[in-house]
Amino acid sequence: MNKIRSIAFSIKMILAIFTLFLILCFSIIYGAANTSFQDIWQAALGQHGGEYYAVLREIRFPRVIAAFFVGSALAVAGAIMQGVTRNPLADPGLLGITAGANAGLALTMAFLPSASYYLIIIGCFTGAAVGMAIVYRIGTSTRDGLSPLKLVLAGAAVSAFLQALADGVGIVFHISKDVSMWTAGGLIGTTWQALLVVPIIAIGIVASLCFSRQLTVLSLNEEVAVGLGQKTATLKVILMVLVVILAGAAVALVGNLAFVGLMIPHIVRGLVGTDYRYILPMSIIVGGGFMMLADLVGRTINAPFETPVIAVVSIIGLPFLLFLVRKGGRPLGS
Amino acid sequence: MSMQVKDIRVGYEEKTILHDLSLEIPEGKVTTIIGSNGCGKSTLLKAMTRIIAHQHGQIILDGKDIRNIHTKDLAKQLAILPQNPESANGLLVRELVSYGRYPYQKGFGGLTKQDHEIIDWALEVTRTNEMRDQPVDALSGGQRQRVWIALALAQDTDTIFLDEPTTYLDMAHQLEVLELLTRLNKEENKTIVMVLHDLNQAARFSDHIIALSEGKIVRAGDAEAVMTCDVLRSVFNIDAVISTDPRTNKPICITYDLIKGDYDDEKTYHANVDFTHSSASSM
Repeated sequence: MNKIRSIAFSIKMILAIFTLFLILCFSIIYGAANTSFQDIWQAALGQHGGEYYAVLREIRFPRVIAAFFVGSALAVAGAIMQGVTRNPLADPGLLGITAGANAGLALTMAFLPSASYYLIIIGCFTGAAVGMAIVYRIGTSTRDGLSPLKLVLAGAAVSAFLQALADGVGIVFHISKDVSMWTAGGLIGTTWQALLVVPIIAIGIVASLCFSRQLTVLSLNEEVAVGLGQKTATLKVILMVLVVILAGAAVALVGNLAFVGLMIPHIVRGLVGTDYRYILPMSIIVGGGFMMLADLVGRTINAPFETPVIAVVSIIGLPFLLFLVRKGGRPLGS
Repeated sequence: MSMQVKDIRVGYEEKTILHDLSLEIPEGKVTTIIGSNGCGKSTLLKAMTRIIAHQHGQIILDGKDIRNIHTKDLAKQLAILPQNPESANGLLVRELVSYGRYPYQKGFGGLTKQDHEIIDWALEVTRTNEMRDQPVDALSGGQRQRVWIALALAQDTDTIFLDEPTTYLDMAHQLEVLELLTRLNKEENKTIVMVLHDLNQAARFSDHIIALSEGKIVRAGDAEAVMTCDVLRSVFNIDAVISTDPRTNKPICITYDLIKGDYDDEKTYHANVDFTHSSASSM
């Protein structure tokens, strides 16, 4: 572990980006329809030559881009959550974001049956923000400000309620199937239109990187942070808003995959330590790469049938979670 | 720096912890706050460092009310080491100590040459330089406490506040930390303000002691003025035997007994127990 930590961060970043590039290449080449480098090159340049032009341009490119951004958004959101709550087992689902987005989705589909894609996305975001606002309000209702334990309990209770609301609305309005198609759909059928949320994610990620130093200070200890001159209450609100933006956008795109936000930051800590100036940039690469890989496996393992990405993530993720529990929730490698 | 606390009142909801308390922190000295559990000594330390807000009164730092000083500017004047600052963090020693420069950093700026010099000095003076590349978690309790003190030093403040810096350390490491603080006071001219549990350590290492009971000051002064039988009786409800430490010539409590009948924790005692039994005279 000390060996890994002693390698310069820039070298690790270069290696990570190189690995990411390899995954990117595989993700584009392999799929239900196997293509060649030449097809990809022509499709990327917009020439009409390649045999699989339409497959690549309309299906595979947007899907790979979506996978990258969803993975990095969830990973960064999870890392921020873990820092703010000082709880290594926190993830965006904890804040009621996932359940809130599902409830928002169900309500939008129920009351605006002809809603456009954009409107549904807005519904998801609103639900995610409302879910988080309720959880955060309860979690900070102590005299000491944000209490991690209260936040976890409030998150579990509010999530259960919002999920019940989503299910209830689904049954009453006979839209359960549509809702679950959306929430469990993963990246199937991601189009360029769906990539509307990508700029939102990109802005959220850049903004998060600006707060990485503040996040490390905050993650140490409340009193240490105040003693170092940090306005902790304001900072927590800003960071929570960033989590909603990132996780809300990711959930709107792929449904409930908040688990990625739990897992990736732990892997990253094993690689670069616990300073968020290193964790956040590395989480972008590892989170995005992991998601692209999971999606690639989902598309190819049983081609031409899709294996839902959520199943792939769970199968990789569950043993990992058990491993974390065995280690007592400590960061990997320490 | 000079700090005056004027009539501050601090409380949570209905419970008042500090009652209209006033005191002064002498500049360039080691000041220790003593008192029983729950008397408000940690609260006082947190109020003086704006970690918790006071409802009434003023805390004046160099002529300015601390509420009117920007929190980052205050962080350049006061450093605070909380009680038991550990959280699940695997930062390396040098990474942690470098965050002492946080109040001086702007926007995206990295560490300057001057920042690095101060960090190196902080590691050097606390003798933590040789562990700079190790995770803080992997160190022993005494080493960790020195690293946290290095973080406070990297903040380059005139004053350092410490909440029970010796708790959870064995006897030798307690002494090591207190001697480090004395050295910082003497050689680097730092004003030290701390909370200690151990009366004899307070007497040995402090220039100024503030004895607190139920949110009020019982006595403030040098060790000889505070380490007396009547002060210890009203602060800790103990009947103490005070002598003089043959090595340091400071007052030392060599043994003590509980004064029966009057302590809050066990309400079964009745008030009719005599208070008259002889409190051993100091020397």
